[in-house]
Amino acid sequence: MPKKTSLRKILVLGSGPIVIGQAAEFDYAGTQACLALREEGCEVVLINNNPATVMTDDTCADKVYFEPLTLASLQSVLEKERPDGLLATMGGQTGLNLALAAHESGILERFGTELLGTPMSSIQQGEDREAFRSLMQALHEPVPESTIVTTSAEAVTFAAEVGYPIIVRPAYTLGGGGGGIAKDEAELETIVTGGLEASPIEQCLVEKSIAGFKEIEYEVMRDANDTCITVCNMENIDPVGIHTGDSIVVAPSQTLSDDDYQRLRSASTKVIRALGIVGGCNIQFALDPYSDQYYLIEVNPRVSRSSALASKATGYPIARLAAKVGLGYGLHELKNPVTAHTYASFEPALDYAIVKFPRWPFDKFMDADRTLGTQMKATGEVMAIERNMQAALQKAVRSLEINLDGLKWPGVDEMAAADLEAALTNADDRRFFYILELMRREYTSEHLAVITSIDRFFLDHFQRLIAGEKRAEATSFAELEREQLATFKKDGFSDHWLSTCWGMEEAELRDYRFREGIIPAYHIVDTCAGEFEAETPYYYSTYSGRDEVSVNDHKPGILLVGSGPIRIGQGIEFDYCSVNGAQAVKELGYEAIMMNNNPETVSTDYETADKLYFEPLTAEDVIHVAEREQVEGVLLQLGGQTSIALTEALEDAGLKLYGASFDVIDQLEDRGRFYNFMQKAHIPHIPGQTGVDAEDTMAKARDIGYPVLLRPSYVIGGQGMSIFTSEQALQAYVEAEDNRIAYPILIDAYFAGKELEVDVITDGSNVYIPGIFEHIEKAGVHSGDSIAITPPYDLSDTHKRQIVTYAEKMARQLDFVGPFNIQFVLSEGTLYVIEINPRASRTVPIFAKASGNNLIEQAVQLLLGYDWVQVFGDKRGLAPETSYYAVKAPVFSTEKLPGLDPLLGAEMTSTGELLSFGETKEEAMKQAFAWKDGQMPAIYEKTGSIFYHIAGGQQAACEPVLKALEDMGFTLYNTETYAFDDWLEEENGLLYISIPSAGSREFASERLAAERSRKMIVTDPKTLHELVEARSNKHEVRAAETWKQLDLADEKV
Amino acid sequence: MKGYIVLENGDIFSGQFIGEERTDVFGEAVFFTGMTGYQEVATDPSYRGQIVIFTYPFIGNYGVHPGKDQSEEWHPRALVMGECASDGYHYQSEETLASHAEKVGVPILTDVDTRALVKTIRKSGAMGAVMTTDPDTVVWNHYTSIEEKPLVNEVSTSETETHGSGDTHIVLVDFGHKKAMVDALCAHGAKVTVVPFDTDLKTIQAFAPDGLLLTNGPGNPKQLEEQLPEIKAAIMQYPTFAICLGHQLIALAFGGDTSKLKFGHRGANQPVLEKASGRVDMTAQNHSYVVDKASLEGTDLVVTHVNVNDDSVEGLAHKRLPIKSVQYHPEANPGPEDSQHLFLTIFQMIAEEKEVTIHA
Repeated sequence: MPKKTSLRKILVLGSGPIVIGQAAEFDYAGTQACLALREEGCEVVLINNNPATVMTDDTCADKVYFEPLTLASLQSVLEKERPDGLLATMGGQTGLNLALAAHESGILERFGTELLGTPMSSIQQGEDREAFRSLMQALHEPVPESTIVTTSAEAVTFAAEVGYPIIVRPAYTLGGGGGGIAKDEAELETIVTGGLEASPIEQCLVEKSIAGFKEIEYEVMRDANDTCITVCNMENIDPVGIHTGDSIVVAPSQTLSDDDYQRLRSASTKVIRALGIVGGCNIQFALDPYSDQYYLIEVNPRVSRSSALASKATGYPIARLAAKVGLGYGLHELKNPVTAHTYASFEPALDYAIVKFPRWPFDKFMDADRTLGTQMKATGEVMAIERNMQAALQKAVRSLEINLDGLKWPGVDEMAAADLEAALTNADDRRFFYILELMRREYTSEHLAVITSIDRFFLDHFQRLIAGEKRAEATSFAELEREQLATFKKDGFSDHWLSTCWGMEEAELRDYRFREGIIPAYHIVDTCAGEFEAETPYYYSTYSGRDEVSVNDHKPGILLVGSGPIRIGQGIEFDYCSVNGAQAVKELGYEAIMMNNNPETVSTDYETADKLYFEPLTAEDVIHVAEREQVEGVLLQLGGQTSIALTEALEDAGLKLYGASFDVIDQLEDRGRFYNFMQKAHIPHIPGQTGVDAEDTMAKARDIGYPVLLRPSYVIGGQGMSIFTSEQALQAYVEAEDNRIAYPILIDAYFAGKELEVDVITDGSNVYIPGIFEHIEKAGVHSGDSIAITPPYDLSDTHKRQIVTYAEKMARQLDFVGPFNIQFVLSEGTLYVIEINPRASRTVPIFAKASGNNLIEQAVQLLLGYDWVQVFGDKRGLAPETSYYAVKAPVFSTEKLPGLDPLLGAEMTSTGELLSFGETKEEAMKQAFAWKDGQMPAIYEKTGSIFYHIAGGQQAACEPVLKALEDMGFTLYNTETYAFDDWLEEENGLLYISIPSAGSREFASERLAAERSRKMIVTDPKTLHELVEARSNKHEVRAAETWKQLDLADEKV
Repeated sequence: MKGYIVLENGDIFSGQFIGEERTDVFGEAVFFTGMTGYQEVATDPSYRGQIVIFTYPFIGNYGVHPGKDQSEEWHPRALVMGECASDGYHYQSEETLASHAEKVGVPILTDVDTRALVKTIRKSGAMGAVMTTDPDTVVWNHYTSIEEKPLVNEVSTSETETHGSGDTHIVLVDFGHKKAMVDALCAHGAKVTVVPFDTDLKTIQAFAPDGLLLTNGPGNPKQLEEQLPEIKAAIMQYPTFAICLGHQLIALAFGGDTSKLKFGHRGANQPVLEKASGRVDMTAQNHSYVVDKASLEGTDLVVTHVNVNDDSVEGLAHKRLPIKSVQYHPEANPGPEDSQHLFLTIFQMIAEEKEVTIHA
């Protein structure tokens, strides 16, 4: 069917800020969809308030609205833009929910906007539990028996019908809290009684347990002509019971017979046809390992994290083709872009193994509950491709960047076997490593299969890893034969681990390998297992096979190292930087070669750079690619701390790097050297010293004077940072047994002043600063967690000038080219530098969106040798301020991580960020607080009661706000006037203000209780002030472009 | 032990033989891109005389299952793969693939760079190959190419068998059929009589069938040229559905021609467009030979299905008679079940035929 020509202007819904369960995969999907639509000549309008995305670049969309993902915004945009079509299946659950709300309110009909692709009735049928269940019954497709109960007697009756075990899921509890699996009636009664108490609406879903079944997913596509294909199937190594986002997953399935495979495939196509989906769809099955019985667990009538994974695993671009199918094309009319001469109506055949490994935030959130279950907790994931399972697993582990050398989790060897076994039955993020440890202790796969319900196929492959590890440990480099080393490399062991194991330098081992020709070959991901010629340069390394790379002889290559998995402190913003970097490199006439391992991202779309290497990002892996491609140099500034951390090793390996040497980076990241540098440059910095042990730390802290901030160097997201206001507090901390301090540690004076942040680009003598961000919360709150606004609303011209002067001084005295980020604190009239990050930062994409300054493009031009005038003309110093305000605000996933204290502090806890605009600061702020339907601050929607715990020292700062709240009609309670626990029960309890004194974590248990009761919590006086002040503001919805035009108009006046 | 697959063009790929030392084994090297279904492949008579290279690197994962064999024997001369699983990881597994292969005397070469091997075949076409432990001593005059080899007589039944007890009686002319075809017909309510490939018209008439199914089988359809008149006489008399080799024979019988594809279609993901509906099905395929589209001009056959990738002929229908055929495998096993409904075609043709007879 040819495309529908009536669809000229399409509105695309984005998924908004990154939260756990909804990450970069929707930037990838959205970007692909926008580009596909533009390729078809459509005008693309986008709503997405996540600035750190590629899809919100003007190369992807014609108009971008950084507006809250609310029905109100959608209505205004529909009214202004009158789009012909709405594409709602690219924005995750957020986009889908918004489209559903729009449909129900009738606004799509009113503005004559057609929903593209999957019809609304299908979405409703997929989303509504009951409708879905009855459809499945009509199709004779089995779903797990379940019912909703409000008494334990009802649960017992249900269990008598369907049999035990029974899963109990209390409604609306955090992370499935209060639920569990009951093996008999007594357990069921206990769990349901507890669950009903935990549930705010006193409801539990009871379901026949299929825990231990194989969890299998199919990615299915359908066009309006009823052609159905399954792009890929995937098997979770962790069986049903652990969220697929928290499971290690392989593609394709490994333990399914052809019968199993086809039975589930046929069920998938039957379901997608019955639902009438037009586009992509994800279907999850549970398959009994001991019979033919299967159940449909879930259907997602949209692209998803799994479809991004499937696209990267196979090379088949699901979102791109789903968008085109939405315009009316048949799959057989669309070319498969990988081969360029076969069509999209086929099913990829793989000739390699894919392993996806989740990246969890527990390296940062050490107090959060690490147990894995039905609530996803991973912030990101990595994918690995290899010809064998061992090497794919090793690549995946290496890509996680969790400070492991090899496969041994620190401390596992000291754990008792019984404890390890116990930890396996109550799985957490360390499960894989615990299994390996038990294998080191000769546990058999059979035994471990009983404990974990993981298929022996996978366990036997894990055993091969341990066998390899033991073989390596039993030999030495002197005894090593060439073939043995080749086998270790085939099994994925890294040079780093092997050389440590054999007590030698990594470079020495690498040299030996290169001499012996033990180097990886690179294979193409071609969707067809070699059956057809493929044109897409999408590669993975393997030690099993012949090389397929063709080096471009006409263009010098530049290797860009990406940022790996999304984690706290290193989010999608660095993917934005990498993608823009690749575009800039291409434009300058080089071949852009991208390396990354995150399947969710745009950077790992093989259409982004000229070549894509899907690889771990360790020095060894990067050196291999650089050597194979004979690149001119390697760009490390764009991939966050992941790539910067490689500077020393790559420099030692003799690779050309751009912008800065390791020495310069070390000068900025090593605090001692940093202070010396600042003193030499005559720039005031926060007084700080290094403590080598507990005693030294106490002494230095006394010298500096309290309060102090403790921080380790070379970290992202402020890991391990905390503030101490008194000697007693610090003493208690350093003497505590579980203090987790790694010496040497840095001790800084803590100045509770105004925090300011700038991004600077320099060629070594000139600087350009696109703007200054003023932070709302005081220094001490991690910059990633504070609300920031540009232009600054409360900063004198003198200080602005001073910022520029300091930036210039630094630029001139550093041997550095490219982007860097400076954080300042303004305390009692003096501007101090807190830190410098010698790389692109979190705020770079925000300036690009807020004022149209593409710093990455400019930085790449400078790095690759353009002079200042070629890039900037006569522009220098601070860019003119915009006439409107742009607010960057953090978004947290605290509700997904039970046990995590939502208190703002020196350690970053947010997972994403948003951007909003306003003519006034308050207007912009309001859009930042009210960023999504379902996330509205309750005090914006109604009046009711507010409970506050405010520490003595903070009361003065809060009093005006409390007064204002009272004037607005809110009832204010504190411990003296009301019992906190009783207030939590109150439906009209709208906001919990919980402000401890600086450096203290007091009221933590109250915050956790409020979190469980789903109350909004504010923990900082400044945040509170902005929240309340913005409450009654009006806002006009405008596209980013319109804001910029307003600015130009102002300038002319 | 270390082993090799040596191609006719001189290329050598090394690997590890599972099991004991053996004499050189010759065959035509072809590749299969399906990711599951090795047991069905190994027992599919159409692979007679071939050395099957699996593109998917993990073979044997779920072992060998009862009831999944497509015939009594293993037909490929050898299997070539990346890894062969050390166990059968499935509740239905009775035996590992390796031990079963050992038992039936089919060598398995593992640890082969199958991707490079497949790319060679893609570029140079399917060709003769030998599995050996010593590539220097290979004597090629031991090899006869598939084109010149009568293979159907090796795989067709020698005796007549009957399956099922339905009302519709279908005679299945066996050129090397897969069990799943009989199963599919029986499941739709047929009584199936399996007869040898060279059964004459009179014998078929004696069974008084309602319709015929011409099956798949190994090798070059032109090896059966002598039989074409008998085949044509039979299919003109009974509603006929044909699969794979059977489909090629129908084309030849009505004056069309067949030729050999460079490296064939073997896998579970071949997209086939049904011209009437515009719908594409994923199909299971296993063939080297194909009906020439141009050769059908002026014949009584029309093309009903085409391959989306290379536009090759995938389905035919006779302009007047109830004769239909497909190049691919609606019985799946292995592969997608999308085209199972095609088995209804024969029943529909039979029903229509009966109606015509009654009204006449």
